[in-house]
Amino acid sequence: MTLVNAERIKLASTRSPYWCLVAILVAGLGFAVINGLPDSGQGASIGGALLGATIGMSIFMVLAALSITTEYRFGTIRSTFLAAPKRFNVLLAKSVLVGVIGLVVGSVVALAAFYLTKALAASPIMPMELSTGDEWRQVLGYGPLFAIAGVMAVSVGTILRQSAGAVAILLLWPLLIERLVSLIPTVGDYAPWLPFAAGQQFVSAAGTQNPDAPTPFQGLLVFAAWALLLWLIALFLLKKRDA
Amino acid sequence: MIEVIGLTKQYGSATVVNDLSFTVRKGTVTGFLGPNGAGKSTTMRMILGLDTPTKGRALIFGEPYDNLSKPLTKVGSLLDANWIHPNRSARSHLRFLAATNNINAKRVDKVLDTVGLTKVAGRAAGKFSLGMKQRLGLAAALLGDPQILIFDEPVNGLDPEGIFWIRTLMKDLAAEGRAVLVSSHLMSEMALTADHLIVIGAGKLIADSSTADFIARSTRASVRVRSPQLAQLRVALQEAGLEITDLDDALEVNEAPIEQIGDIAFRAGLPLHELAGQSGSLEQAFIRLTADSVEYSDPGGGPGGPPLASPSFDAPGNAQLEGDPR
Repeated sequence: MTLVNAERIKLASTRSPYWCLVAILVAGLGFAVINGLPDSGQGASIGGALLGATIGMSIFMVLAALSITTEYRFGTIRSTFLAAPKRFNVLLAKSVLVGVIGLVVGSVVALAAFYLTKALAASPIMPMELSTGDEWRQVLGYGPLFAIAGVMAVSVGTILRQSAGAVAILLLWPLLIERLVSLIPTVGDYAPWLPFAAGQQFVSAAGTQNPDAPTPFQGLLVFAAWALLLWLIALFLLKKRDA
Repeated sequence: MIEVIGLTKQYGSATVVNDLSFTVRKGTVTGFLGPNGAGKSTTMRMILGLDTPTKGRALIFGEPYDNLSKPLTKVGSLLDANWIHPNRSARSHLRFLAATNNINAKRVDKVLDTVGLTKVAGRAAGKFSLGMKQRLGLAAALLGDPQILIFDEPVNGLDPEGIFWIRTLMKDLAAEGRAVLVSSHLMSEMALTADHLIVIGAGKLIADSSTADFIARSTRASVRVRSPQLAQLRVALQEAGLEITDLDDALEVNEAPIEQIGDIAFRAGLPLHELAGQSGSLEQAFIRLTADSVEYSDPGGGPGGPPLASPSFDAPGNAQLEGDPR
């Protein structure tokens, strides 16, 4: 807990996390407006309202990755290790903090986007309701997704130790690499099990998936498993390498 | 309080620190001296658990640094004043360090006051001058009121006032019974600050002794004589078996009592215009001692070369060798 508090002070005392949070909000609510406003909101849907939340998740990964790569950039990682020489605890504290922030930010942005679209859409063809568990999952599912994506980004940042590389990978991977893999014959059949495709299943409506894809909860577990794998690699390298 | 036992660090085939052993005792300022690239910073990083030794170990209060709980309350260190986030305020920098070790937040204001940064504590540390960054680094080192302090080249880049301030601070800390380990490549600086010296070259221990002993042992006393009949004097001194160096208008006699030279001249009936004892410069002694181990030596500064005018060991060609070996 002590270390989580120290990490909180670190994150709160620089400007970039605030900018990232503003950007997440802008992206999340911007797409909600686009979904709810045109044609009296006839085309409004939960999935459409939350398109911006997925982009927000990418921005949140940038925030999370920067929380470790800037430490390498400016050498404060050494100040950190001098104060907390057990590196496992440092990585754990960072991951816990990013996870908790992700849980809150993801849930808040998704809920806000949903209700904004609902308020803007005067006459939606499909009513915008949060009544079934399936519908709640599609909205609040963004909390766990942000949390896991954040931990994944901290891991990638720890492995690469530099901002540009980590940000490039984290942005290109879901947008480009996973789509390209899905185009490869045979190998492409496994594309739905890649981390971000699997994670996206958790916020998709039940019954809309292709039969090769994981179910929503399988998707969440697969996404978490990828994050854990990267986290363990990050921990191994963090302990092995000289600071 | 610090024990270094057979410490060795290799990067590939290069051995940066080679089987180094020494101890640092409380109540003293221990100077850690060596030319650039001798392995001082690497040794300090291994003592502080940042780098893993290839062989050997470094113990603090009998334990490796990694095992210390709340390490900032036991060891304070300043290895690099630039290890700060440029947008983070000085106070926030110290606050997160304090939080890591459960140090009372009041202590942050206290150390800011000690180093004289109270007025600028809310400003982004990236805008600080090097001297102010050094002060912030010292504040971080003092934060946990530790019994051991480790400073890497703390006077580098400071103005004379800052140098005097740090020197006084280190002596005061040792006088309070703390152990202070301070590295430098400046022999003259260490002669003023350190009670004890550990000298290394190319990663190996060269000397481990009190500063006074080191100076007495390693500086060669000589006598300068001038005479209108220099040639005859030279012959007379040589007949007495003395080692002579020719200067422009004088002779330098190495390691001979000044009285003996006066007597020789009197017996030979030679007039003297000057007879003066001289103690060798510390820098020369240091250069002579580390000459064999200097990795990148300055062609002009070796033994027998002209005395260096500058008190620094830095030659233009060999700066920037200390520090990160990667």
